[in-house]
Amino acid sequence: MSKMNAILQGTLNWVDERFPLTTLWKEHLAEYYAPKNFNFWYFFGSLAMLVLVIQIVTGILLTMHFKPDASLNASGVPVAFASVEYIMRDVPWGWLIRYMHSTGASAFFLVVYLHMFRGMLYGSYRKPRELIWIFGMIIFLALMAEAFFGYLLPWGQMSFWGAQVIVNLFSAIPFIGPDLSLWLRGDYVVGDATLNRFFAFHVVAVPMVLLGLVAAHIIALHEVGSNNPDGVEIKKKKDASGIPLDGIPFHPYYTVKDIVGVIVFLMVFSVIVFFMPEFGGYFLEYNNFFPADPLVTPQHIAPVWYFTPYYSILRAVTYPLFGIDAKFWGVVAMGASTLIIALLPWLDRSPVKSIRYRGPLYKGFLTAFIISFFILGYLGMLGPTPMRTIVAQVCSVIYFAFFLLMPIYSSLDKCQPEPDRVTSK
Amino acid sequence: MKKFLTAILFAPVLAFASGVELHLDRAPDKANDMAALQNGAKIFVNYCLNCHSASYMRYNRLKDIGLTDAQIKDNLLFTAEKVGEPMKIAMQRADAKVWFGVAPPDLTIIARARASEFGSGADWIYTYLRTFYRDEKRPTGWNNVVFENVGMPHVLWELQGEQAMGADHKLTLVKPGKLKPQEFDAAVGDLVAFLKYMGEPVAEFRKQLGVIVLIFLAVFFVFAYALKREYWKDIH
Amino acid sequence: MSCDDKVDCGRRRLLVATAAAGGVAGVAVAVPFVASMLPSERAKAAGAPVEVDISKLAPGQMMTVEWRGKPVWIINRTKEQLESLVKVADKLADPKSDKNMQPAYAKNETRSIKPEILVAVGICTHLGCSPSEKFKTGAESGIDADWQGGFFCPCHGSTFDLAGRVYKSKPAPDNLEIPPHMYLGDARIVIGEDKKA
Repeated sequence: MSKMNAILQGTLNWVDERFPLTTLWKEHLAEYYAPKNFNFWYFFGSLAMLVLVIQIVTGILLTMHFKPDASLNASGVPVAFASVEYIMRDVPWGWLIRYMHSTGASAFFLVVYLHMFRGMLYGSYRKPRELIWIFGMIIFLALMAEAFFGYLLPWGQMSFWGAQVIVNLFSAIPFIGPDLSLWLRGDYVVGDATLNRFFAFHVVAVPMVLLGLVAAHIIALHEVGSNNPDGVEIKKKKDASGIPLDGIPFHPYYTVKDIVGVIVFLMVFSVIVFFMPEFGGYFLEYNNFFPADPLVTPQHIAPVWYFTPYYSILRAVTYPLFGIDAKFWGVVAMGASTLIIALLPWLDRSPVKSIRYRGPLYKGFLTAFIISFFILGYLGMLGPTPMRTIVAQVCSVIYFAFFLLMPIYSSLDKCQPEPDRVTSK
Repeated sequence: MKKFLTAILFAPVLAFASGVELHLDRAPDKANDMAALQNGAKIFVNYCLNCHSASYMRYNRLKDIGLTDAQIKDNLLFTAEKVGEPMKIAMQRADAKVWFGVAPPDLTIIARARASEFGSGADWIYTYLRTFYRDEKRPTGWNNVVFENVGMPHVLWELQGEQAMGADHKLTLVKPGKLKPQEFDAAVGDLVAFLKYMGEPVAEFRKQLGVIVLIFLAVFFVFAYALKREYWKDIH
Repeated sequence: MSCDDKVDCGRRRLLVATAAAGGVAGVAVAVPFVASMLPSERAKAAGAPVEVDISKLAPGQMMTVEWRGKPVWIINRTKEQLESLVKVADKLADPKSDKNMQPAYAKNETRSIKPEILVAVGICTHLGCSPSEKFKTGAESGIDADWQGGFFCPCHGSTFDLAGRVYKSKPAPDNLEIPPHMYLGDARIVIGEDKKA
């Protein structure tokens, strides 16, 4: 036993002299001091990592069988579409891997939205964590690109027409728009060239960017330390040995806690994968079981649920402005609706970080924002009617007002004093 | 569970819906009725597989519904030589397009594609196949209630007989077929059950496996939660 | 690993239980993922047994069929050709087919079920080329004056007799592989499947 230990210790020393293994372990796990009062909302960061791993592993396995080819096979079905059904039927366990990947896409957005909402609740974006927030926002944008590129690959009707609509958004940009759309597609319609390049983006380019950004996100976090539900800095109160009084080592405390979170997440994930993989048409849209047909648009076309709030904002803009048509301003509004979230660290002027000590103004605006976000998301799944467009316009205004008015209402708000130390509520 | 959640998810969609309402009859659930599935497979091969392929479905997969290789070979294998081959058809798509206006779609996953907020894909097909009626204005002489101006003639007319559309928008049987109405509904139910099975052959196994996975995760949760409590008892 | 005062027994037990459950979960996920790289149903269907009708295969003739993407030769050997198998025996590397290159039912003088009908995978055991048939005997074959008929691999010059046995001192290490096969009646062979004992 002791001889075994000696050999292990020797090996570790040998590695440590050449690579900072023990140092990394200590800095990021065993001696990374996290606030002891993390609550429910703090599960979603590690869950996002888990989903990333699921997507990468299942994605690699799918790549082994998928064919990005829009030409028709002998039965008149596009090769790409047929290869997905091949995975679902002929590849051993292919159905499980594919459902994990399709459910994982929606799970990724769900987890990331909750993770972002946590940041808004407790002011996690505030100084000195602005860069963490910026990295996170770029991850979010990369994730949207990843989802969009991936959605074309099954080459069903929704894949095809979704890509058609989104690529055409770029044609709204004055002067260069039409040429830009053409360049993105590599063809006059969404076709084989588009499918091939989206495949390259989906499996190589964007994942590499995502991994780099995730690393930057975590390095930045571990540089400044985690925020917590009270929004107070635990590093301000340290004991004699320099350890924050309210900090506990991430390992083992948060590793064992996160394992519990992971299991609960996997239970929900499994219910969807095994019992309702289509999730009522929200995760796998019914029309996408028809192969892409460039001549027939489906009766009802809507983006997947995680894009619908921004899609609603796009459609809500119906007025031309400064002599440029509404289509352009819709695209601008949609782009702005995602980018404006990145400005939160500079828009928020409140003396406190956490919702626990904020006043009624901020709470009211946040509630209105969340409600309008849900309504926009819901309307984005439906076809437009005059009434719905008006509702979407009102909600879009609330959406932007939450951000643009924040410098005013957050500084006017009546906040309660922050405590010195974290509380255990 | 699934139906309940779907209902909740769709309730607001329906409340908001403004388009045409589609009333579908509910297809009987025969997912575990092997005799029905086998009968459905037989009807499919005899009536559908002449014009429609099921090109993602291999004949030997029919072992799922209780058939042996020998049975498949003797009773169902008309369009291929080996049981490992997919259910393809000899008809050329270009010819089909000339004959029918559109090439008949592949039917392997039709039961998944036809789902909508009005009902499952099985409901749609079950209603569709039973609501053909005589319409001399159509080139085929047939029209359909859920698929207006459909290109396909009423392939099962020998079995069902002929229906006519009344002024009250109700269908009446004007010429009886080989089967009584209840028998015909049962036969279509079998066919639809088969189409549903073929849309996702792994569906039943998937659910069985899901139960095992969830039971395992529940046990795992108990251990992990106890371990978390054990560590966190020191943290106040 | 006994429990003493220094380690917390309850905690250790829970750690072991959780780690074990985690290990089971890991294996349970790995199995389908690894299995997904095995041959698919399509590959299996393409590699399915092949039925061949040999009623038209005259003595001295050879036909080639494809099984799992490989050429399989079926040769109806004449009486003279069968006699040649005995003559060449001392020039062969493994005349008695001791190496496991054939099913048990083909481990005999003629390496076949029926003496005259040889079924063999036409892939050289050296580096995978397909040898060409050299049925002509003697100098006419272009190999040597004593040649009794057989196969010659164009890649590296290995030679095989009419039972697919490799000659001595050639690059190929083994006799040609005899695939699993069986007869359905007199003139139909199934290649790729046999009645397992």
